[in-house]
This record gives sequence, C-alpha cells and structure tokens, in this order.
Amino acid sequence: MNVSADSYYLPHESRWSILGSIGLFSFMLGAGIWLDGYNLVGPLVMGAGVLCIISTKFGWFGTVIRESLAGRYNLQVDRTFRWGMIFFIFSEVMFFGAFFGTLFYERLFVVPWLGGATNMFFTHALLYPHYRALWPTNGPAHAGGEFSRMPTWGIPALNTLILLSSAVTVTWAHWALKAGHRRKVVAGLVATIALGTTFLAMQAHEYYLAYTHFNLTLHSGIYGATFFILTGFHGLHVTIGVIMLTVILIRVLRGHFTPERHFAFEAVSWYWHFVDIVWLGLFIFVYWL
Amino acid sequence: MTESIALPAEPHHATRGGLMRWITTTNHKDIGTLYLIFSLIMFFIGGAMAMVIRAELYQPGLQFVTPAFYNQMVTLHGLIMVFGAVMPAFVGLANWMIPLMIGAPDMALPRLNNWSFWILPFAFTLLLLTLFLPGGAPEGGWTLYVPYSLELGYSFPFMIFAIHLMGISSVLGGINIIVTILNMRAPGMTLMKMPLFVWAWLITAYLLVAVMPVLAGGVTMQLLDHYFGTHFFSVAGGGSPVLWEHVFWFFGHPEVYIMILPAFGIISEIVPTFSRKPLFGRTSMIYALASIAFLSFIVWGHHMFTSGMPVSADLFFMFSTMLIAVPTGVKIFNWVATMWRGAITFETPMLFAVAFIILFTIGGFSGVMLALVPADFQYHNSYFVVAHFHYVLVTGAVFAIMAAVYYWLPKWTGHMYNEFWGKMHFWLSVISVNVLYFPMHFLGLAGMPRRVPDYAVQFTDLNMVSSIGGFVFGASQLIFVAIIFATVYGGRRAEARAWEGAHGLEWTVPSPAPYHTFATPPEVVG
Repeated sequence: MNVSADSYYLPHESRWSILGSIGLFSFMLGAGIWLDGYNLVGPLVMGAGVLCIISTKFGWFGTVIRESLAGRYNLQVDRTFRWGMIFFIFSEVMFFGAFFGTLFYERLFVVPWLGGATNMFFTHALLYPHYRALWPTNGPAHAGGEFSRMPTWGIPALNTLILLSSAVTVTWAHWALKAGHRRKVVAGLVATIALGTTFLAMQAHEYYLAYTHFNLTLHSGIYGATFFILTGFHGLHVTIGVIMLTVILIRVLRGHFTPERHFAFEAVSWYWHFVDIVWLGLFIFVYWL
Repeated sequence: MTESIALPAEPHHATRGGLMRWITTTNHKDIGTLYLIFSLIMFFIGGAMAMVIRAELYQPGLQFVTPAFYNQMVTLHGLIMVFGAVMPAFVGLANWMIPLMIGAPDMALPRLNNWSFWILPFAFTLLLLTLFLPGGAPEGGWTLYVPYSLELGYSFPFMIFAIHLMGISSVLGGINIIVTILNMRAPGMTLMKMPLFVWAWLITAYLLVAVMPVLAGGVTMQLLDHYFGTHFFSVAGGGSPVLWEHVFWFFGHPEVYIMILPAFGIISEIVPTFSRKPLFGRTSMIYALASIAFLSFIVWGHHMFTSGMPVSADLFFMFSTMLIAVPTGVKIFNWVATMWRGAITFETPMLFAVAFIILFTIGGFSGVMLALVPADFQYHNSYFVVAHFHYVLVTGAVFAIMAAVYYWLPKWTGHMYNEFWGKMHFWLSVISVNVLYFPMHFLGLAGMPRRVPDYAVQFTDLNMVSSIGGFVFGASQLIFVAIIFATVYGGRRAEARAWEGAHGLEWTVPSPAPYHTFATPPEVVG
C-alpha cells in the first residue's frame, strides 16, 4: 500500500465531472424556478440536482481514494494536492472577505453617513433627521422592528471555546497519526467531530433564540443581514468540515493512512483551522465589538 | 481494487470516440479545444447582440427593438463577451499551451480541468434561457447595479445562479493553472525562465482565485435582498446601494486585468518571434505584470467617482489608477524596443500584435483620461467610456486572442492557415474596428449617454459611421471562422517549428502536437 508510482498519474477519463455539472445546473435551475414561485417543480428539480451532486462526490472521491490506495500517486501528485488545497482555501478566504468587507464598510462608513457624519449633514437633516448612528442598527426605517444582539459572553463565547478546543483535538490527532498511535487518532477525531457538532447545535439554538427572544432576524436591517450571512456561511462551512472529518474518521478506521502519507487528513485539518480562524473574526467583529 | 483503476497502456489518441470523448476527456489539448470552440460560439452570440445594438443606433428614434429588449441586449452582450467569449478563450489557450510551454505531460488536475469546462455550457444555458421567460432577460447592465438589478422579475435568480456557475468554473480553472505552473514544470524550467505567456497566466489565475469568490459573495447578497428581506443594499435598513458598486468593482477591476494580462503574455511571445530578437527587458516584463496585478486591487474606486465617495477616496483612487500607467508603459516600451532594429516580417499574428500595441495604447490613454476625477465627472456613463473599454477589450484582448490563434493554429492543426485570407481578415478588422469605435470618443465627449436606445439628432452622423464599422467588423469575423475550418481540414503542412523565429518548448514537438506530449519531461538548459 502507498507505493509511489514513477511518473505523474494522469487519469484517462473523467466519469463524474459531467454528472457534477448536470447536478449543479439542475440544482440552480430548480432553485431559480422555486424562487420564481413554482413551489412544486422547483424543489423537485433542485432535489434531483442535489442527488447528482452527492453521487458525484461519492464517485469522484471514491475513485481518488482507490487510486491513492493503489499507489498511483507519487510525491509530485501529493504536492499538486497541497497547492490545490492551499489555493482553494485562499478562494474561501476571499469569499468570507467579501462579507467582512461589507460589514466594515456598512458599519464604518454608511451608518455614520446616514447619521450625518462628515459632509453628510444635510442628507441627515433633510432625509433622516431622527436617525442616530449607533451600532447595532436596523436603519432609518427600523427594518424588522426593535431587536437586540446576542449577548457576547453567552453562547458566542462558549462556541469560541468549543471551536478552539476542536482545533487542539484535531492537531492532537494529527500528532498521534504521525506517531502511529491509531487509537489516539480515533479519539482525537471523535472529539473534534463531537465538538463541531456541539457547536452547530449551539448555533441552531442561537438562531432559535435570535428569532424568538431577540427579534434578530434576516429583516433586522444591516445588522441582521451581516449577522446572518456571516454566521450562516460559517455554519455551513463547519457542517462541511464535520462531514469531511467524519469521512476521515472512517478512513482512519479502515487503515487508509500511514504516518508518512496522509494528505487527506492534513487537508481536512487545514480546512478546519481555516473555519476556526474565520470564527475568531466573527466573534470579535460580529458578536463582541 | 476494482478494475476501473487498472492503468491502461499510454494511448496515443483519445480512448473514446464520438461525443463521449469530449465529455469525459481529461486531455489538456481536448479541453483547450473545447474552451476555444465554446468561446467562438459565444463570440458570435454576443456579437449578434452587438449587431442588434448597432442596428438600433443606426438612426435616432426606435426602429427595431423595444427599449426593454435593447437593455437586455446590452446586458447579455456584456456578460457573454466577458464571461463567455474572452475569458474562456484565454483559458483555452492556457490549457493548450501551458503544458507544452513548461514541458508538462498535462494539467496538474485533469479531471478538475474537465469539470471547469463542462460547467460553462450549463452556466450560459441558464443565462440564455432567461430570454424566453416572461419579462425577458436581465436588463440592468453587465455590472448588475442595484437597485435596477433587484427590480428584475423571473430572470433574476437565473442570472445570479449563472454567475455562480461561471465563478465556480473560473476558480477551479484558476487553481488548476496555478498548480500546473508551480508543480508541473520540466527540470531546469525555473520560474524566471518561464515563457511570458505562462507568467501572465500564473498571475491571472491568482487574480481569478482572489476575486471570483468576491463576486459570488456579492451576487449572493443580491439574492438575499431580493427574496429573503435583508437590507444589504437598502438605505431603509442601514445598508447602501453603493456597497454593491464597491463589491462589484473590487471584483471588476482585477477582472479587467484577467482579460488583458494573458493578452500581454501572448504579445510578448509573438513580437520576439517575428522580430527575430529576444524579448527586450524580460525580467522587467515579469515585474510589470506583477505590479499591474497588485495595483488592480487598489484602484476599483475609479469606476465610481460619481457614485459618492469622500474626496480623499477619490484622490487615492485617482493617483493609484494613474500609477498603473507606469508598468503598462514599461510593457509597451519593451515591445517596441523588441521590434527596434529587428528583422521584422508581418505575418498575420504579427499584424494583429502590432495593431494590439497601437490600439491598446489608445485604450490605455483614454483610461488615464477617465482616471482624472474632474474629467471623469464629464465622461462618466457616456459613449467615451464605451469607446475606452472596447479599445482595450476588442482591439486589446480580442485582437491578442486572434493573434494567438493564428500563431498557434499550425501547432494545433498541423496546417498553415492561408496567409492571404489571414491578412484580409486582419485589414478588414483593423479598419472597421476603428470606424466602429473611434467615433464613440467624440459622441461621448459631446454628451451622448451609454445604454440608451435613442439619441438626440445631432449624434446621428457619427452613430451611422460607427454602425457601418460595426457591421463590417461583424461580417469580417466570418472570414476568421472560414480560415479556422479551412486550416483544420487542409492547408500546407506545418513544421514542428512553424515560425523560424520562434523559440520555446512548444515548437520542439511535432505539428500537430501529438495527443500526449512530454510524457517524459524534457531537460531545459540554458
């Protein structure tokens, strides 16, 4: 197992990518039809797309795992995967950057301007004389009604602790993998998955509280919008991370990794650390300051 | 293990025939061909829309289309030409040429490469489907400015999702190109020895991976505002429509360079070949590319001087924008210096390259004019802007693509194109394109606004001239297609080194390039 091939492995055909394209197309076509108000056809087309995408993931990753176990991948292929993952995570950083940029622009520029800052005195006096530029805000029209933000040192602080701990457990598992202690690897991964799942459960509960107790909703002006898009996409990434960690756990149990060759494990742990760092930004700029 | 991974003997041709060959291919040459054909089809679809626009503008008043349909044509023309024609053409060239130029057996991630391409036809199906919906296609312009964009009807979600798909395709393609260049070079092919086209694509791919996700985030916020009641772009909730412009142009300005840096790379390959001299100031060309890419991230505000920014921001964006003229000037100077005292011959690729240098410079100069805040207050949203960006994108990007096609067609097909018809295509194009776009400068300076199907009568003469240029330019491109077909199916046989002045690894393999090249990496010396 894991004998290195001499030359760079080049597959001769790609069976799954076309299904992935059809899946993406169907998913987005269905979502569009649904949003346009067709509540039966839309979800059906979208569901078909989801099935195609899931099959693609299983088929494609399954093929790659089989090829890896058959020793088709030499060190150069390994470097390809490393560079690929680095730039994939970079693209994700930029994706979150768009939303953080939005938050900073709205909070540091737009809201003060609406309140009459710099040369916007008359804009304020004539259009929004009663608006006071305070954060959090739902704007001059009090969109969504009075709301309050989540208390920083409640669930958000606890969630920070949970995610930071999960970064420790995943690193601990990685060290154990490199030292060849399989039971410790399994324990570390199980702990990481458990912490990630707890985080998600806490966040679901937080959303529930936001809607029922704090009246903090998607409609709550710019604060609600930035709150939900940042925490929502972060939560989605934690979910993906937990799924990937689970796949890695199964592969560890099946003995796919050696102390030397285990890039899939490393890639997922990189991704997990990335999700963790994004959360720190969220905790500081969305919940705290 | 299952049999699906049993390694077959290296085939010297595609493993499957018919349609399935193209759907399942992982070969960089096949995928490059797919990208190029797709781009050509989109070029004609987007071009047909441009013909509708020019027909309507031939005379004042409304002759052929409704204002709504006109706006749909303007919007789709922009989206299709940017995302469907120019970008895929460059990615197609990257696919074909980068592995050949760096001595790699294929792209680093061949399956991902297949997926990057096969997302695109679906993305544009989604976009073009909107033409048949009640209310028609999107009509907010390719920049999707809010609030216009948010007022769209049935077409709105499909436009947003089509852009998501294009973004996924570009990011995956960009990652693949970066990894290929960083990890697949033949021994001895150090970074500084890489051909300029490869350098240009390394930097372009980095820009793609950096900014396409930002656009994806931006259109997602539009989707939320439209359907889920958020207030990103509505002042009532404390948001701002200007936020969209910031997000869009943070993507949009690097995007402009995504469409021109590979063109710089192409010109840097062609000019030395036909001048029979090495590229002047090679190292400075690489640093100029990198500087332009860096600056592209800090100049986006020059698209929105009239949208409302603090004066300090206006000044910052004005000065940073004018800085771009420095590295761009280095490039223009170096191309001219490469030609200086060279033994120049003017085959079709060289003609397009020389036209590129002259006409792109005109577009660059009008860009510097637009960068001046007080002047821009006058030019903004006028036909002057349309003239500016068509000079950089048509006589810039598109001319470079055509130069590249003529330059590498012998390598792809094994045949030389017909030089007479190539020159005919060039001269018809270069004359008509100036008849088409040059009058737009005057129209814009005289106050004609863009994106309006009707205009005041004093603009009639120049619009007629421009439309005639447009029709001739459009018709001339049929020659291009005919030449490509004729060259694929026949013509004088091309040698491995199709151009005597050409250097580089791509000219060491036979023409047409075999299905698999550099299975064992070449040794790069010197």
